[in-house]
Amino acid sequence: MSSNKRFGRLVVGFVAVSLVAAACSSGGSGGSKGTVNIAVNPWVGYEADAAVVAYLLEKELGYTVVKKDLAEDVSWQGFESGEVDVILENWGHPDLEKTYITEKKVAMDAGQTGNVGIIGWFVPKWMVDENPDITDYKNLNKYADLFKTSESGNLGEFLGTDPSYVQYDEALITNLGLNFKVRFTGSEAATVEAIKQADAQKKPLLAYWWDPHWLNAVVPLVRVNLPAYTAGCDADLEKVACDYPEYKLNKIIRVGFNEKGGDAATFIKNFNWTNKDQNVVADYITNGNMTPEAAAEKWVKANEAIWKAWMP
Amino acid sequence: MMSAIPRRRIPATRRFWAVALAIGAVALYIAFAGQWTLPHNNDAPFFERLNDFRAWIDANRNSNPILVVLIVGVRTAMGALFTGYLGILQVLTWPGLTVIAGGLGLLVGGRRLGGLLLSGFLSFGVLGLWDRSIETLAMTFAAVTISLLIGIPVGIQAGRSVRFYSAIRPILDVMQIMPTYAYLAPFALIFLIGPTTGAIVTLIYAIPPAVRITALGIRGVAPATVEAATSLGATRRQLLAKVQLPMARRTIVLGINQTIMMALSMVVITALVDTPGLGKNLIKAIQISNVGVAFDAGLAIVIMAIMLDRLTTRASERVDPARAGGAEGPSRQLRLAVLVASVAAVLVGTFVIDGGQFPTTIGFSFREPINAAVSWVSLNLYFATEWAKNAATYGLINPIQYTLTNAPWWLVGGVISALAVVVGGIRPALITALCLLGILGIQLWEHSMQTLTLVLVATLLTLVIGLVLGILSARSDVFSAILRPVLDAAQTMPAFVYLLPAVALFGATRFSGIVAAIIFAVPPVIRLVEIGIRTVPATVREAGVSAGATASQLLRKVELPLALPALLVATNQGIILVLSMVVVGGLIGAGGLGYDVVAGFVRRDFFGEGLAAAFAIVLLGIMLDRITQSAGSTRARDPSASAGDDTATAPAAG
Repeated sequence: MSSNKRFGRLVVGFVAVSLVAAACSSGGSGGSKGTVNIAVNPWVGYEADAAVVAYLLEKELGYTVVKKDLAEDVSWQGFESGEVDVILENWGHPDLEKTYITEKKVAMDAGQTGNVGIIGWFVPKWMVDENPDITDYKNLNKYADLFKTSESGNLGEFLGTDPSYVQYDEALITNLGLNFKVRFTGSEAATVEAIKQADAQKKPLLAYWWDPHWLNAVVPLVRVNLPAYTAGCDADLEKVACDYPEYKLNKIIRVGFNEKGGDAATFIKNFNWTNKDQNVVADYITNGNMTPEAAAEKWVKANEAIWKAWMP
Repeated sequence: MMSAIPRRRIPATRRFWAVALAIGAVALYIAFAGQWTLPHNNDAPFFERLNDFRAWIDANRNSNPILVVLIVGVRTAMGALFTGYLGILQVLTWPGLTVIAGGLGLLVGGRRLGGLLLSGFLSFGVLGLWDRSIETLAMTFAAVTISLLIGIPVGIQAGRSVRFYSAIRPILDVMQIMPTYAYLAPFALIFLIGPTTGAIVTLIYAIPPAVRITALGIRGVAPATVEAATSLGATRRQLLAKVQLPMARRTIVLGINQTIMMALSMVVITALVDTPGLGKNLIKAIQISNVGVAFDAGLAIVIMAIMLDRLTTRASERVDPARAGGAEGPSRQLRLAVLVASVAAVLVGTFVIDGGQFPTTIGFSFREPINAAVSWVSLNLYFATEWAKNAATYGLINPIQYTLTNAPWWLVGGVISALAVVVGGIRPALITALCLLGILGIQLWEHSMQTLTLVLVATLLTLVIGLVLGILSARSDVFSAILRPVLDAAQTMPAFVYLLPAVALFGATRFSGIVAAIIFAVPPVIRLVEIGIRTVPATVREAGVSAGATASQLLRKVELPLALPALLVATNQGIILVLSMVVVGGLIGAGGLGYDVVAGFVRRDFFGEGLAAAFAIVLLGIMLDRITQSAGSTRARDPSASAGDDTATAPAAG
């Protein structure tokens, strides 16, 4: 019967641990001015922002920073649950702004990052050298055969992106009557790989791509001209037939964080730099084999004049 | 179950119907290809309705009293449980936790187990993943606690009442067929992101084995024993407490083992909803296409799984009433020594060194060598990977997908249902037809056909590879011994990890999704084939040999036919694993329903489509499961085949 007792003890011990666990659930972190939860959206430019902001918050201002790798839309949900304090690089998202800023009043605009964002359809420069009129979307069907792959069947392949990004390429292809099919790469890294290959092996490529990005300084890409953006032409994402707008990237913070975040909130509102700055840090992280912390440290050491201005 | 299936037809009739079906299908296809197709529409009304539902929940989450009580209650309780476990693990510090784990292993399973746990915990730190590992451990404990609190009582009830069990069985099936990935979005909608949603999603997957195995344990108590107790006047309650539970103890602890394994295989994927832990590293690795990063994190999970598996397995042996008399417990001195060492280690970790931080000076990572190996392969074996990808894509994927999406929907549905009749009888065919109508109703026909294509191709390749490797391991003990640890690791590694090498070698394509699915699904198939062939009675084999059969004749005429039941079970298991993995392949450009689910989770305007895709995946899963299972049971007529789904051991993707 000793094993019976042992089993009983196992159960009792288990329950006891659970109870104790529930009781002492408040393990505080001492010595810090507070914790800042930064959402990190999945592209390296954003990661560069987060690296520098986190570094300065921790080293200069004495905060604890928790970085959370989340998709854009999911990050916004975090404002409501309190899991996220800051989105550092917001690309438009009027629908989310409406829900979380105007209606639920849990988030607010915290000013621009100084970065200007461009999203568009790009082809490698060598394709434009060979076929100068390829940059007009009206001629894309003429060249569709060039872009055929094993995945696209008898259509041309359009290289889509991470499904979480701001995008409406499938709708554009339908609404502009193009004989293309989207293949989603699923991530920035996979797209970068495809672009590098297209450049090195002269493989035809038409892809969703953006700026600021370090790769733009390495591989020459040319933007395809779609019908120009006009205010409101992207209101219905299924009927959209115009190019992406230019984005003045901004920061979004949780309202509660704005009220109680103290220096950290002020610092984040002040944060402002150029595309060039971001590309430098992003390049360190991707190609310099540095951790985000090391990349941030290197940039911070070299650019004191810039970040001093952000200090509260 | 068995009785519902009609007697097997005589083969000649079956063949006649199969041929007639094939001719009819081809004729109809030629006549109607390209008509009655159902091209995908991102704007389907059903998706809009689901989007409206999302908007309603989102708007009322904080005002509707029922939602408030539910959400606040569950979030607070689960949050406290998780932070509580995490708090304890952190307070114990790394030296303390390591010594306690080692001591526990020593007490439960002796020196070897103690050494395993000690070095296992140390390896988390050496890999530079201490914090992440502890978070995953806390998350697993939280999910397992709730799973057992729900699963064991339900399992006891199911063990005592056959009617109750057959009522909940389909629910358990669906809970396990549905890829976790599919229900991240709806649960995140209600419970918001964070560990709570992660835990709930995990426990949906971890409860079924707890229920099934507990029920199995209760039912497994010898009827004579129950009879004896009842005749002595024991009440139902006494019977349970004094006879059934103690007798079933070992099985129940095995159920705990399975529950932990399931939870661990799921918990990483919940990083997508901001659950802390090793899953975060895997997500990051996918984002930056870094196989090495994923490997380190995957390895930590494998180590954790092995430790928890061995520990609970040993514990189940210890509580086995059959051995209670013989088993020597650890001596009093040993227990005392372990206690003292643990306390000392915690004190050292708290006061002497900074036990919250594993020293970074001792660190080792597989990142560089793994990445070097991957880039070598992708650079130097490019021709081979490209050839494999193109062969599979042009030879299998494209033609099958073209046929399925270009044929009239009623023809595809009719052929699949008719196949179900031929293979399994009327009942599975009815279920099949209903599932297909459901897919039609949720307006995801084209994407479902794309996913079905991937499942068929991946299952076919899995079976071929599994058959070849299974035969080889059945023939050669050496090969089998070498392969076994590889298979163990491959089955424990979170399926997520396989996406990365697949992408590195084959790009973001459907074939990559298929490759990841094959790696994930092939180990159980290899095992089942090997067992199937090895259990062919030696006398039968000898008879074949003495009749002058060559090795290949022996294989074709004797071994394979006799191993067929095992192969059919393997198909059944494999196809569900493949489905769950193909869906995750949506993360890397595999398209179809998987992409819809991914997009539905990360983009608000795709929520409806994603949720609908989740339903479609479940319908596909039920359909494939029923067809393959009925095929297994009509041919095998082996009662042990139906026991297979009670003790399914394979983890799933998510």
